Amino acid sequence: MTHTPLLSVQNLRVSLETAQGQIEALRGLSFDMQRGEKIGLIGESGCGKSLTALAIMGLLPMRSNATGSVTLNGEQLIGLRDEEMCRIRGARMGMIFQEPMTALNPLQTIWQQIAEPLQLHQGMSHSATQLRALELLERVQLSRAKERLMAYPHQLSGGQRQRVMIAMALACQPDILIADEPTTALDVTVQKEVLNLISQLVAEDGMGLLLISHDLGLMRDQVDRVMVMYGGAVVEDAPTQALFHQRRHPYTQGLFAARPQLGLKRGTRLTTIPGQVPDLLNWPTYCAFADRCTHVEAACRETLPPLIQTSPPTGLADSNQAGAEHWVRCLKWQSLESKP
Amino acid sequence: MQPQTNPNRAWTRALAHTGFVTGMVIVLILIFCAVASVFWSPYPVAEIDIPNKLASPSAQHWLGTDSLGRDIASLLWVGSQNTLLVGLIALGIGLGVGVPLGLLASAKRGWIEEVIMRASDFTFAFPALLSAILLTAIYGPGLVISITAIGIFNIPVFARVTRGAANAIWTRDYTLAAMAAGKSKWTITWNHVLPNMASVLIVQASVQFAIAILAEAALSYLGLGTQAPQPSWGRMLNEAQSQMFQAPWLAVYPGMAIAIAVLGLNLLGDGLRDLMDPRLARLR
Repeated sequence: MTHTPLLSVQNLRVSLETAQGQIEALRGLSFDMQRGEKIGLIGESGCGKSLTALAIMGLLPMRSNATGSVTLNGEQLIGLRDEEMCRIRGARMGMIFQEPMTALNPLQTIWQQIAEPLQLHQGMSHSATQLRALELLERVQLSRAKERLMAYPHQLSGGQRQRVMIAMALACQPDILIADEPTTALDVTVQKEVLNLISQLVAEDGMGLLLISHDLGLMRDQVDRVMVMYGGAVVEDAPTQALFHQRRHPYTQGLFAARPQLGLKRGTRLTTIPGQVPDLLNWPTYCAFADRCTHVEAACRETLPPLIQTSPPTGLADSNQAGAEHWVRCLKWQSLESKP
Repeated sequence: MQPQTNPNRAWTRALAHTGFVTGMVIVLILIFCAVASVFWSPYPVAEIDIPNKLASPSAQHWLGTDSLGRDIASLLWVGSQNTLLVGLIALGIGLGVGVPLGLLASAKRGWIEEVIMRASDFTFAFPALLSAILLTAIYGPGLVISITAIGIFNIPVFARVTRGAANAIWTRDYTLAAMAAGKSKWTITWNHVLPNMASVLIVQASVQFAIAILAEAALSYLGLGTQAPQPSWGRMLNEAQSQMFQAPWLAVYPGMAIAIAVLGLNLLGDGLRDLMDPRLARLR
């Protein structure tokens, strides 16, 4: 890379203090995001997806400790004082949350909530925020936006509230939008609309998008690159097309196999990945997936495999372009080529 | 930034709430008595009229007279000043110190929270009456001392309630969303935490107001609060005790006055909580 990436995360580690002792929840996460790039983060509950988002935003819970580096346009965010982080949050990084039902203050009108970051970061006058808020609500395609300005959150549906959340996150035109499972709490029909809206807005403003989800199907159309997380580390990192074409980590293969599919016979059991995520207090020093993996060998239990760059997948045209590398954290990836 | 609700509708809703209306009327009467009695009372409260002592209710003395011939109605009328003053000041001390401490503890967490909460546990460990007696032992009995003692007792009550409610609100997603929007903890405390816990504070305030009235009555009854000749409902109860068998009605009037004032405040607090919350409003 010759130019600085928009967002660069290097060897990010987050440890949490629990009653049982210190646990490491993120184990050395690294990735770069270019302007306009859309990255998906996928994995099961508790694998560190949301923690990654919070660590980037500097919103980690009390009694947690982040090390490593997170730079936004070259500016180091880890270790920044809280007042300085407040300047960046909302202005240069926006975040959308999972639960639109609880992520809005029930006692403030929609306008007040959108206006706050504008007054805070851009010093906009009270009356100017009204115009801007209306503009934003129209941009997120909230119907009857003008009436909705004075509405309270309880007067809106889940999908409408999520649109308001998006408007709030975009109010100050941030460089990066982090969406933490933005559609999990919504109806299936609304999910697609909201995701398409996010994609469209991100593309219009040339923002970077970090989309967190556990829904592979939704990722497919929305992001350029998918990172699969397992136990606080990335196990596979590939362009979306390549990943859907060929999965190289046994965990990713398991995830794909476990997807419910239309057209299955009644009574067919969904495939599951056997075993459980290792205990965080006794985390193995070798491959964290070894104990659940059907392809495990003695070598897998010796060292922690690094992320390995794999050879380009066969039959994919654009595999030579920059950022199209396919990385996998498995020693045996060559013997595990999955069928598309 | 005021919410755009139709004032007529809010007013209709308030009037339909029986408890709120009853409480409001009682509290307004209390305030009216307290204010009006500064300018006028049927009889001067310090005027002693021994020939007419312990008179039964009559056209001259609506509620009769006490052992010194003072008009009971006038004593109650002027005594309301004392009641309101004690309640308001004690509540002001409690709210003014306790709520900021609770909010600070909740926003900062860590050792600051520990120090504030342990200090409030320490204060809370002394019953209000005990600390009042302690203070009067040092500074001598009087209205100011008793108000201060009740106010100090209110501080840990409000600090605890505030911290508890604020901690619950800090776990809500909208505070996290506000953090993500770059607001500082103090802005969030002011804009999100405090308004969302207002209903809890209002209910607690009405309860503490009532408790303050009762505590003042108790202190005055023990002779540690309001001093003669300043009329006080608690002191009237104290004086009535010695005439319990000759004139039992002497105890009934101040007792009733205290009970009604406390009831009115509780009804008002409950009603306000119901009316102020837009989420509850929708259910009605």
